[in-house]
Amino acid sequence: MKVVIMGCGRVGAQLATLLDAEGHLVTVLDTDTYSFRRLPSIFSGTALLGDGTDEESLKKAGIEEADAFFAITQGDNRNVMAAQIAKHIFNVPKVICRIYDPLRRELYNTLGIEAFSPTTIFAQMLKEKLED
Amino acid sequence: MYIIIVGGGKIGYHLAKALLDEGHEILVTEKDADISETICNELGSVCVRGDGCEAATLDEIGAGRADMLIAVTGDDEDNLVACQVAKHKFNVPRTIARISNPKNEAIFKKLGIDVTVSSTNVILESIEEEVPTHPLTHLLTIRDKGLEIVEVKILPESTTVGKSVKELSLPPESVLSLIIGKGQKPRIPTADTILQAEDRIIAVTNPESEEALRTALRGT
Repeated sequence: MKVVIMGCGRVGAQLATLLDAEGHLVTVLDTDTYSFRRLPSIFSGTALLGDGTDEESLKKAGIEEADAFFAITQGDNRNVMAAQIAKHIFNVPKVICRIYDPLRRELYNTLGIEAFSPTTIFAQMLKEKLED
Repeated sequence: MYIIIVGGGKIGYHLAKALLDEGHEILVTEKDADISETICNELGSVCVRGDGCEAATLDEIGAGRADMLIAVTGDDEDNLVACQVAKHKFNVPRTIARISNPKNEAIFKKLGIDVTVSSTNVILESIEEEVPTHPLTHLLTIRDKGLEIVEVKILPESTTVGKSVKELSLPPESVLSLIIGKGQKPRIPTADTILQAEDRIIAVTNPESEEALRTALRGT
């Protein structure tokens, strides 16, 4: 599968590494080349400097042929905008987006964006730990 | 009207001031505490400190009864989200977003924002108008029809000087609306109007025919 990941933070780099190891064609986008230090030396995908909310950068990253797109930068709004561009402009079949703010996640889920809130998930997990 | 403005920067501040003067009910949301305080000190209690992209902030300021939300922060993605939250969560009837990257105009439209204002384009167009040698100036965009109103200036060396309008091979999508000659009253061109040097021609066209229109009016 061709996968484009926007944001090469801890999660982005980890995801890129996992998918790359499984043989997927991975392109990671970040606005700061320093973030690419998180990619291991065995990473065989592409690390591209660019802004995932910019159509041109997304095209360079191969969004037009991509099977999946992940928006996982630190900014909720950037993720939401990039995810919508991927879904509605480039018709990427699988688009997943991280939204820290639970309320905003709820809204965008109802608008058809597959979004996850680490805030809710982690809080729930911690609560379950206590109940174990 | 109750109008919410997201972003208390220079644009947000002056917009709030102008709309208050017109007698509207205004509330500005601004993330920065200092800026928020300055606005309240200068304009009265019209600014709330908070993130206008967050449903909680919008709920607190009664977005449900707002007639309009205008998002004018410096970040396109924030303006997009503020408008979408207002529209889909609070059913605000009209949303306007400021955009910095002109390319986002089409994207925002597709994502359901009612009106976008590209500050970059507005500035570019104003500068274009002031550059005398610029062959074609954009005056206005009629967005829902995909048309533009442009101005073309006929230069003394244009090969079309002395020709009549009917001799020009104008693209079918373009209409000449007005000719403003040097030292003359503006007049509506007919098929027999002769082009003269220094004429300024106001025309309606679609963006694709712009180049053809320019060539037809100024020659090669």
